Amino acid sequence: MLEITNLHATVADKPILNGVSLHVPAGEVHAIMGPNGSGKSTLAYVLAGRPSYTVSEGGVSFDGRDLLAMDPHERAAAGMFLGFQYPVEIPGISYLQFLRESLNSQRRARGEAELSGGDFIKLAREQAKLLEMDAEMLKRPVNVGFSGGEKKRAEMVQMGILNPRFAVLDETDSGLDIDALRIVGEGINRIMRAPDKGVLLITHYERLLEHVSPDKVHVLQAGRITRSGDIELARELENTGYAEAAA
Amino acid sequence: MTAPFPTHKQEEWRYADLEALQPVWEQFAEPVTLVVGAGEDLEEVWLPVADDVQLRRVRLALGEGAQARIFALNTAPVYGRIELEVSLAEEAEFELFGANIGGGLSTNEIVTNVKHVGVGGRSRQAIRSVLNGKAVGSYLGKVEVARGAQQTDAEQSVKAMLLDRGATANCKPELEIFADDVKCAHGATVGELDAMQLFYAESRGLDPMSARALLLEGFVMGLWDSAKDGDAIRTAAREALRKVV
Repeated sequence: MLEITNLHATVADKPILNGVSLHVPAGEVHAIMGPNGSGKSTLAYVLAGRPSYTVSEGGVSFDGRDLLAMDPHERAAAGMFLGFQYPVEIPGISYLQFLRESLNSQRRARGEAELSGGDFIKLAREQAKLLEMDAEMLKRPVNVGFSGGEKKRAEMVQMGILNPRFAVLDETDSGLDIDALRIVGEGINRIMRAPDKGVLLITHYERLLEHVSPDKVHVLQAGRITRSGDIELARELENTGYAEAAA
Repeated sequence: MTAPFPTHKQEEWRYADLEALQPVWEQFAEPVTLVVGAGEDLEEVWLPVADDVQLRRVRLALGEGAQARIFALNTAPVYGRIELEVSLAEEAEFELFGANIGGGLSTNEIVTNVKHVGVGGRSRQAIRSVLNGKAVGSYLGKVEVARGAQQTDAEQSVKAMLLDRGATANCKPELEIFADDVKCAHGATVGELDAMQLFYAESRGLDPMSARALLLEGFVMGLWDSAKDGDAIRTAAREALRKVV
């Protein structure tokens, strides 16, 4: 479903990714762990198409299409979703308006009918409830005045509403307390565990993985995948740290 | 008798499009006077009209404890000017929420002179400009606090968004204070759309044009939140934004 081949990327002329190769088949959840500065967020941004993140070599194919040739909004319409490590605040625009316009824009691009106001509100309430978020918060401007944990939970509500085919979740677990971690973990399973979907879960900690049970765990170090394994690898890293894992 | 035609040497006409103004000057030479009596309340919504050149020149006199809220959208295709001279008696309250939205070669300006004459008056002005092409958007706002107008509370918040390198925003808050127990706050910023906000919106599926339009809507629309009947100005502002984006 997602095939990353020898991906090299630079940010402000500095090489960050140095040949990442990774295959996530449909129906699987893969986790990426790694120390600070190893390139995890850069990989997430490159997949979503953030401007000024330059791919210098290699490629990414998404459902057989050249992902890197698409603009960010085209990737979204194709089913790619990025859960931001630092969700962005947009004053003056309510979450409801933001998501309704986003969803309908995706649907138009896919040649699907737009959702009416009533149907959209119903969907939004339903998804907020499933993630135990007060639906009233969706009336507030996007992420303005949200706590760190609320922003992360709101990212998952967005994912539930937009219902992507592939999600790259960049440290969605940071800033969450234990209960929120469980709710978010369950949310990921409910929204994304399906035979035709896939997830790339970027995290520092093994704890979220206990809820989500990834099919594979990869270690990213200095811009390359240095080890791959199953959840046992994550447990090992939790005990030994990255320095030893690389050895 | 018609008032003399203004010149650029007069501070309050410094950025005006006098060439566009010349043919219609007679019609606008005398400002309109509005009086809000003691304890009374006035809310006005000033919408744009279809003309190339649009002027509103208003003198507003607020009696003791009177309140006035003006919501104004300035988006003339050639030259738009909203000019307000306001005097506040004791405990009067004045609020102006105004937007300049312009593209092409247009000039739109909001020029105010708020005079706090009585004790305890409050004034608040929030101006947002969105400018594209070679458009000019200006705010010249003078606040005068007369001797003895203690406990005056005056605030000016001016923000402009430039969508093109050719666009110009002029922000000039000005204070003249002759009392010693007053609060007069003012702030002015000129900026461009935030790249991270744009990317966030696009990553959710909005094409670049729609993302820009949405962010600009957020920038402007907060102005009309306190309007009792703000639907018309909301719709007009949205349309104006769509035209300039």
